[in-house]
Amino acid sequence: MIKEKKIVKVGIADLNIVTSPDIIRTAGLGSCVGVIIYDSSKKIAGLAHVLLPESSLTKQSTFNKFKYADTAVPILIEKLLTNGARKFSLKAKMAGGAQMFQFASNSKTMKIGARNIDAVRDQLTKFNIPIISSDVGGNVGRTIEFDPVSCQLKVRKVNQETLFI
Amino acid sequence: MEYSNLTGMQLDVLREVGNIGAGNAATSMSILLNRKIDMNVPSVSIVDYNDMMDIIGGPEELIVALLFQIEGEFPCTVYFILSIEEAENLIQNLTDNKNFTLMNDLSHDELAMSALKETGNIVIGSYLSALSDFIKCHLHPSIPYLSVDMAGATLTAGLVEISEVSDYAIVINTSIVSDSTENVQGHFFLLPEPDSIDRIFEALGIEND
Repeated sequence: MIKEKKIVKVGIADLNIVTSPDIIRTAGLGSCVGVIIYDSSKKIAGLAHVLLPESSLTKQSTFNKFKYADTAVPILIEKLLTNGARKFSLKAKMAGGAQMFQFASNSKTMKIGARNIDAVRDQLTKFNIPIISSDVGGNVGRTIEFDPVSCQLKVRKVNQETLFI
Repeated sequence: MEYSNLTGMQLDVLREVGNIGAGNAATSMSILLNRKIDMNVPSVSIVDYNDMMDIIGGPEELIVALLFQIEGEFPCTVYFILSIEEAENLIQNLTDNKNFTLMNDLSHDELAMSALKETGNIVIGSYLSALSDFIKCHLHPSIPYLSVDMAGATLTAGLVEISEVSDYAIVINTSIVSDSTENVQGHFFLLPEPDSIDRIFEALGIEND
């Protein structure tokens, strides 16, 4: 029986994985970074919608590990491996990390997009996962969708043509 | 503090905070546009980030957001949010250009940008001055920051400070509506930083444990 294709949505500070024929999507990335890690021959992919760079920033005694790049990326990898992905063939794509408002003050809020991008990159480097393509920075919001079969990341921005990277 | 522990009375106080601010803001909006502006009863909701986007229509909803960072004794972020049509309406009225559309590249239209920001300044200024009288503390608003983009992208910018402390935001939401056929509706989102909530209660002499 052919499985019906469904779209798995990932919220803010959340992560999930899909296998073919499903696709995975997250909407409205601003300073947040959406990172996709996938194994193309196993047709499995995971997406994390990261809100903040480092869990050391937290002031909570217990916190949502999906919120921070340094905790979400390892969990996503683990989840993919448990579900049949192979470590050596993992690849990554990423989008987001924009600066939506051009803040004048030098508050922490200012560079959060750039810090998220760096933190995700650091994690991927640490696990030796190559970044195949990315669409990051700028000052626009993005909605992204990934199909584990084509391994194309669809990036939609307001008033701009949809990209496939 | 954990938001979930707020009592009914404390929530009422926060609702009143939204009420007082928006009442004043509706008056200045009405003077600016020279028409009657009504205000809806404010709501206070303790929501996770995804629910917050849903109040506006989901993370992909295209919105015009003016953001103000408030510093001083009561750090918070205030948004004045308009839909695209509402903002176009507003700019058409203010600039006397009936053909104005926001879907063109806004960065080239200095006049429209400036009209929007100035409206934000006036409206948020009156919102904050009422609020500052009520809670008896000084509020120092930043200049207006403008973004026309997806709700998810623009609203998370106000959550960075809060998200280090909590997975929930307290949203004091008030909307104002024009009664004319050219519907102008705006939302005010007041996102207090966690410590600020204690300060409101302290200033007003409300029990807080």
